Amino acid sequence: MERKQEFVQDVVIKFAGDSGDGMQLTGTQFTNNTALLGVDLSTFPDFPAEIRAPIGTLPGVSGYQLHFSSNSIHTPGDAFDVLVAMNAAALKVNIKHLKKGGKIIVNVDGFDAKNLRLANYPEGVNPIEDNSLDGYEVIRMDVTKMTREALKDDKMGTKEKDRAKNMFVLGFLYWMYGRDMASTEQFLNEKFARKPEILDSNIRVLRAGYNYGDTTETFTTQYQVEKAKMKVGSYRSIMGNQALAYGLIAASVKSGLPLFLGTYPITPASDILHELSKHKNFGIRTFQAEDEIAGISAAIGAAYGGHLGVTTTSGPGMALKTEAMGLALMLELPLVIVDVQRGGPSTGLPTKTEQSDLLQAVYGRNGESPMPVIAASTPSDCFDMAYEATRIAVEHMTPVILLSDGYIANGAEPWQFPNTDALRPIHVEFKTELGHSEPKFQPYLRNEKGVRPWAVPGTAGLEHRIGGLEKENVTGNVSYDPENHQTMVKLRQEKVDKIAQYIPEQALDNGPERGKVLVLGWGSTYGVIKTAVKDLLAEGHEVAHAHLKYIRPFPRNLGELLARYETVLIPEINNGQLIKLIRDQYMIDAKGYNKIMGVPITKAELTEAVRQYL
Amino acid sequence: MFIMETTTVDKPLLSPKDFATDQEVRWCPGCGDYSILAQVQKVMPTIGVPKEDIVIISGIGCSSRFPYYMNTYGMHSIHGRATAIASGLKAARPELSVWIVTGDGDGLSIGLNHTMHLMRRNFDVNVLLFNNQIYGLTKGQYSPTSEENKVTKSTPMGSIDHPFNPLAVVLGGDATFVARSMDRDPKHLQAMLLRANGHHGTSFLEIYQNCNIFNDGAFEVFTEKGTKLEEAVFLEQGKPLVFGAAGDKGVRLNGLRPEVVSLTDGTYSADDLWIHDETDLMKAQLLTRMFDDPKADRHLPRPFGVFYAHERPTYEEMMTLQLEDAKARKGADLDKLLRGNEVWNIV
Repeated sequence: MERKQEFVQDVVIKFAGDSGDGMQLTGTQFTNNTALLGVDLSTFPDFPAEIRAPIGTLPGVSGYQLHFSSNSIHTPGDAFDVLVAMNAAALKVNIKHLKKGGKIIVNVDGFDAKNLRLANYPEGVNPIEDNSLDGYEVIRMDVTKMTREALKDDKMGTKEKDRAKNMFVLGFLYWMYGRDMASTEQFLNEKFARKPEILDSNIRVLRAGYNYGDTTETFTTQYQVEKAKMKVGSYRSIMGNQALAYGLIAASVKSGLPLFLGTYPITPASDILHELSKHKNFGIRTFQAEDEIAGISAAIGAAYGGHLGVTTTSGPGMALKTEAMGLALMLELPLVIVDVQRGGPSTGLPTKTEQSDLLQAVYGRNGESPMPVIAASTPSDCFDMAYEATRIAVEHMTPVILLSDGYIANGAEPWQFPNTDALRPIHVEFKTELGHSEPKFQPYLRNEKGVRPWAVPGTAGLEHRIGGLEKENVTGNVSYDPENHQTMVKLRQEKVDKIAQYIPEQALDNGPERGKVLVLGWGSTYGVIKTAVKDLLAEGHEVAHAHLKYIRPFPRNLGELLARYETVLIPEINNGQLIKLIRDQYMIDAKGYNKIMGVPITKAELTEAVRQYL
Repeated sequence: MFIMETTTVDKPLLSPKDFATDQEVRWCPGCGDYSILAQVQKVMPTIGVPKEDIVIISGIGCSSRFPYYMNTYGMHSIHGRATAIASGLKAARPELSVWIVTGDGDGLSIGLNHTMHLMRRNFDVNVLLFNNQIYGLTKGQYSPTSEENKVTKSTPMGSIDHPFNPLAVVLGGDATFVARSMDRDPKHLQAMLLRANGHHGTSFLEIYQNCNIFNDGAFEVFTEKGTKLEEAVFLEQGKPLVFGAAGDKGVRLNGLRPEVVSLTDGTYSADDLWIHDETDLMKAQLLTRMFDDPKADRHLPRPFGVFYAHERPTYEEMMTLQLEDAKARKGADLDKLLRGNEVWNIV
């Protein structure tokens, strides 16, 4: 039969099913396969907080959104072209974001009476049998039945067989997009190396799905996407938490400081622990402590011992670490504190994204406790900013907070990975002996950057005591002297302020040097701001985009840059936090756009918001 | 299998004075902490570790001022977390001699969680817990080791909290070295400090320490001449549990039940008594439970000495082995890591 090959530029697919249907795995596999084509991509996994919400229900729906394109893209897309719905609940939750005329691949078995009831469809209503999906192209597949059929000679139980049904869908999509399945077959080979029966059944079902597309005459078109016109170089696909872990490893290797991670598992930061614990060959010590406080405390102990101390967490864990962060600040030891933000307050929305820990990072400690705060803007940027957090911590002898969030932590994109020779050096200076004119070691004697020496236990002649009590300037002895306290508060602030001289000036990401609107973002809103501003510029509007990576201190030219626009618009996934810092420091009437729904801002929403000021 | 190299010192032998700092010691006059500091300073020159390799980490409380008075490396940290900080330091730098100084509030109240986890992980560090059964630094509230009905500033009608038995608590956390000593017996305290230092693994030494301001005399029946020999039994490996000013009493195990017997009425001799075996976990548990109120009738004496000493691999040794194993198998090629397995090229 004649097959039609159709070229498309841009595709958004949403894989949706029950939490137990393996949609995250299916999505990740399709993503990795897509990356190898050399197209641009962006992903958005979206899963419930419950490990297994009741099967078939609306809260139990787990989704994975993938956007790939031969153009340069920066978001997972507002709406999808293709929706894979493994059951009625998955359809119900996601249909509102399917483009008109889009394709729906439905698993027919997921639409039986029980599933329809669990998805709260009225008695007798079945959306794939009435006319409610007119206007979409519905591809009906009996996935469960065909999976069982493919495995009919296997001895395993029906329940075990049904576990492979996501492979059928994946195989079918591989056919639909004309893919080679080698990457997934290799993945399965590695994953089930010790379980040959499961390996065999998964591969058979995967191929059955592919062959179903190939042999069934209903499907006549295969879709191809051309390579994106990206910068020349070598690429791989990377997720934010993974990139963050790699950034820390690279910083450890380049600085020569062994990495010590003291942490406690918390969503969505745990994957950094998982990733780092795989790389003990780099001398990485991972310590899963008894709680968040012990995690950061152990990291402080390691930093005192001359290691690169790191702790990773999310909002509630960040709150618990507060007191120890103050200690690290007082000790003036280097420490990297990673907060992968999620919806708050309290336990909040553990699996949803939010940018609501910014003020906690900047202000959330007792006393006058300035600390550098930086933020990653995309999955691959997590690498750069983890590296940068380490550089600042070590070169300025200070704890540094690195903010990421659930969206970029779990999202994936192509990454032009660096050659490690080209990474900026990280200078570590241990004090090893007394100078000629030093009769006694002065642990709080500062250099021109305001930085005190790092003298680690084991160094003869530099024995000294440090602690959380206020220090006498220079000597580090305990001091309750009023003037000294004021001096020390100012010196600690000055040290952090001076970092502005050692970070890049704020650059424009896009748009004119001056004009009507500057959209000022930070963190994971990068992609959507980039996309919206690009479109508005194409329409001829005077709009620019600047994205902050350094928040404490701000880049030294920021005030001057903001003053060049009639309006500064600050979109945030919170109730207005960066806007407070900007208004406070620069006294400008910045405007906010705030979405606090646990999901990213869409391009359509943001474009609309910007238009108000054009 | 798990043998650590011992550091040898070629320098001239140090004296206790070398371990004193130029900081004025600021405990209240008469505080038991002075004696503990003196004994630690006496013992340190004899343990064969250069002072730059010694680190003392404390939390918050009177006892936690300790590092300021020791001319070694030291950190006066935050309330309850010294054990966690020390864990990270020891994991990073296994060759250091790490000492944790804490109190009954710091180590058993706010920091008990970390104390317990330190026990099970078994880092090779030494915990000195100064127990004075009161909060001193905050000026006299009851502590988790204060006796029931204790009247303090925060318990004017008497405390209704049931107190911890610290050694039973840490033994429950699978501590590998458990001992008790007192501020008023310098020789015994020095001996216990040396035993704690010699133990390979976490050693937990509870030191009865008199707070003469807020809880004076809490332990006097165990520490003062007139009553000490009648109320305290000093444990010695392989020796029977004999006590009394005239050595006339002993503790005998009647099944699982310890009981005080007379050695002078002809019924029992030293051969019938409980023979101390610090490697026996079951006996150690019974010993920690010899915790009677000395005012109670027919009460048992309070044991001092090494209750339990048992070696198992330390956390930092196992961590080091894993790192070495991973390095031997995979090497450490950063470019290879960043590149990963699935790369595409844009040309």
